[in-house]
Amino acid sequence: MKVLVPVKRVVDYNVKVRVKSDGSGIDTAGVKMSMNPFDEIAVEEAVRLKEQRVASEIIVVSVGINACQDVLRTALAMGADRGVLIAATETLEPLAVAKLLKALVAREIVQLVMMGKQAIDDDMNATGQMLAGILGWPQGTFASKVVITADTATVTREVDSGLETVALALPAVITTDLRLNEPRYASLPNVMRARKKPIEVIAPHELGVEHSPRLTVVNVTEPARRAAGIKVKSVQELVERLRKEAKVI
Amino acid sequence: MGQALVFIEHDGTEIKTQARNAITAGSKLGDVVAVVAGYNVDHIAKAASVISGVKKVVVADDEVFSFALAEPLADLLVHLAPSYSHIIAASTAIGKSIIPRAAGLLDVQPISEVIGIIDANTFVRPIYAGNANATVRSSDTRKLMTVRATSFDPAPPDGATAPIEVFDVAIANTKSRFVSAEVPKNERPELTAARVIVSGGRGLQNGENFRKLIYPIADKLCAAVGASRAAVDAGFVPNDYQVGQTGKIVAPDLYVAIGISGAIQHLAGMKDSKIIVAINKDEDAPIFQVADYGMVGDLFSILPELDRELDCLA
Ligand SMILES: Cc1cc2nc3c(=O)[nH]c(=O)nc-3n(C[C@H](O)[C@H](O)[C@H](O)COP(=O)(O)OP(=O)(O)OC[C@H]3O[C@@H](n4cnc5c(N)ncnc54)[C@H](O)[C@@H]3O)c2cc1C
Repeated sequence: MKVLVPVKRVVDYNVKVRVKSDGSGIDTAGVKMSMNPFDEIAVEEAVRLKEQRVASEIIVVSVGINACQDVLRTALAMGADRGVLIAATETLEPLAVAKLLKALVAREIVQLVMMGKQAIDDDMNATGQMLAGILGWPQGTFASKVVITADTATVTREVDSGLETVALALPAVITTDLRLNEPRYASLPNVMRARKKPIEVIAPHELGVEHSPRLTVVNVTEPARRAAGIKVKSVQELVERLRKEAKVI
Repeated sequence: MGQALVFIEHDGTEIKTQARNAITAGSKLGDVVAVVAGYNVDHIAKAASVISGVKKVVVADDEVFSFALAEPLADLLVHLAPSYSHIIAASTAIGKSIIPRAAGLLDVQPISEVIGIIDANTFVRPIYAGNANATVRSSDTRKLMTVRATSFDPAPPDGATAPIEVFDVAIANTKSRFVSAEVPKNERPELTAARVIVSGGRGLQNGENFRKLIYPIADKLCAAVGASRAAVDAGFVPNDYQVGQTGKIVAPDLYVAIGISGAIQHLAGMKDSKIIVAINKDEDAPIFQVADYGMVGDLFSILPELDRELDCLA
């Protein structure tokens, strides 16, 4: 079974981002960029499926500028077989990305798409569900456990009340949550080997996808900051202030 | 004004509070039609029909909707879509699963986690774990979105009675099947609805300490119990306790963070709380930057003392 894993290049999760002073967006100049953490989990899961001989080939795909090849290389070093960069100069919206992925799924005859549940930059949490919808495939969102048998993916999902397990008829889209696995670090030999793995670069129009944006960003602002609080010296003082000053207990 | 279709989440017994928050959001955009889907859900439809602001209820009562699976629910929304300018759900696990799927099918770019409504086309939503707010304008003729419950007051559950209409188009689902649910027993208030939350982090060291030190204090404050990702990952508490960017978004009157460092991903889920208390032995822990009341010290001596102090209050 061929597995497709989309990976996004985002501002590293440790970076505290700054809003540009003209309100046009986030200042990303000189900021550390990494693979979206949820996508790392998706790559890891796909590699484990390959190690279990469930997956035959892992294709990783990124949509964006040339530098996205870095995250493709990371995924290749973790164990993916080949990469595809769908070259785009601007950031595409989830709808456009879903359409591009759909076209790639058709071209590659993929049986399973394993992807992060959300990108930590736009926090949309949408692409996997949209892709599943337009493919007419079932979806297993927020996965914390995945078991693949001949024609079924059994997915345990993190939901508001705890865990829920669903059985999906393959082909399917699965989106990964934090506790699905712990992604491996690529060993140096694997990093070296990954340099030789192929990355194909294609343009969106080659996949026949129209991708004009539907959303315009009017502005980006910094949320109101909380005023600095005080340090209390004792438990008595804490309880006293919560009662008399804040009046919350 | 438009027509807003609001998805009513329920657990088979009652309507989730977040659905009433979503109705308030919907009311800002048009006449609200509430859609209830489930199996044997007359009582839910009735309860929805008296929520303030609801002009009509559409009820889809069929076995296919027994378990809130995304595939048939999204198909239902797609069927209903032509009559509405806006389709809205609270951004819960279910809302997040069905709205984007329906949006894909309708060729619409959904808008997730809306925290502000400027006009029928313009919405505010947090990005980068809440470190920035983006105002976005949609050019789609129909808008699909999830709304953050804590940003909209819940619509009162006892308004005028709206008519109930039955949806009777058969929707099939051959692609997904419910297998089982694991719902940890929890007699405390629900995190997303609680007035007070006591949360613990890695500093608690293990589940035993969590039970011994956090739970009694939560009980004395009639509080819900929350946790950081680190505490959930380490198995101190179940996954549904997690607060943060990828857990639950909460905004109680009082949030007490104990042994939690205050990573941006955790702050993303609780920084809109009215009063924040932090107890941490590291005076430089970032949690103190958002705390109204901070106490530097060892939680293993502070918590038993706090427990006794709260006894004196009672
Ligand atoms: C993509 C992504 C998403 C994430 N989503 C979330 C999320 O939704 N929610 C979330 O919480 N995290 C999330 N995280 C993880 C987050 O980055 C932090 O790792 C996590 O919040 C840390 O949890 P913690 O504060 O309990 O642990 P730590 O950071 O280890 O902090 C423990 C704290 O306890 C204090 N402490 C230790 N012993 C004592 C003692 N005896 N007395 C008093 N204080 C003590 C320490 O000083 C320290 O500040 C996410 C991370 C990623 C990459």
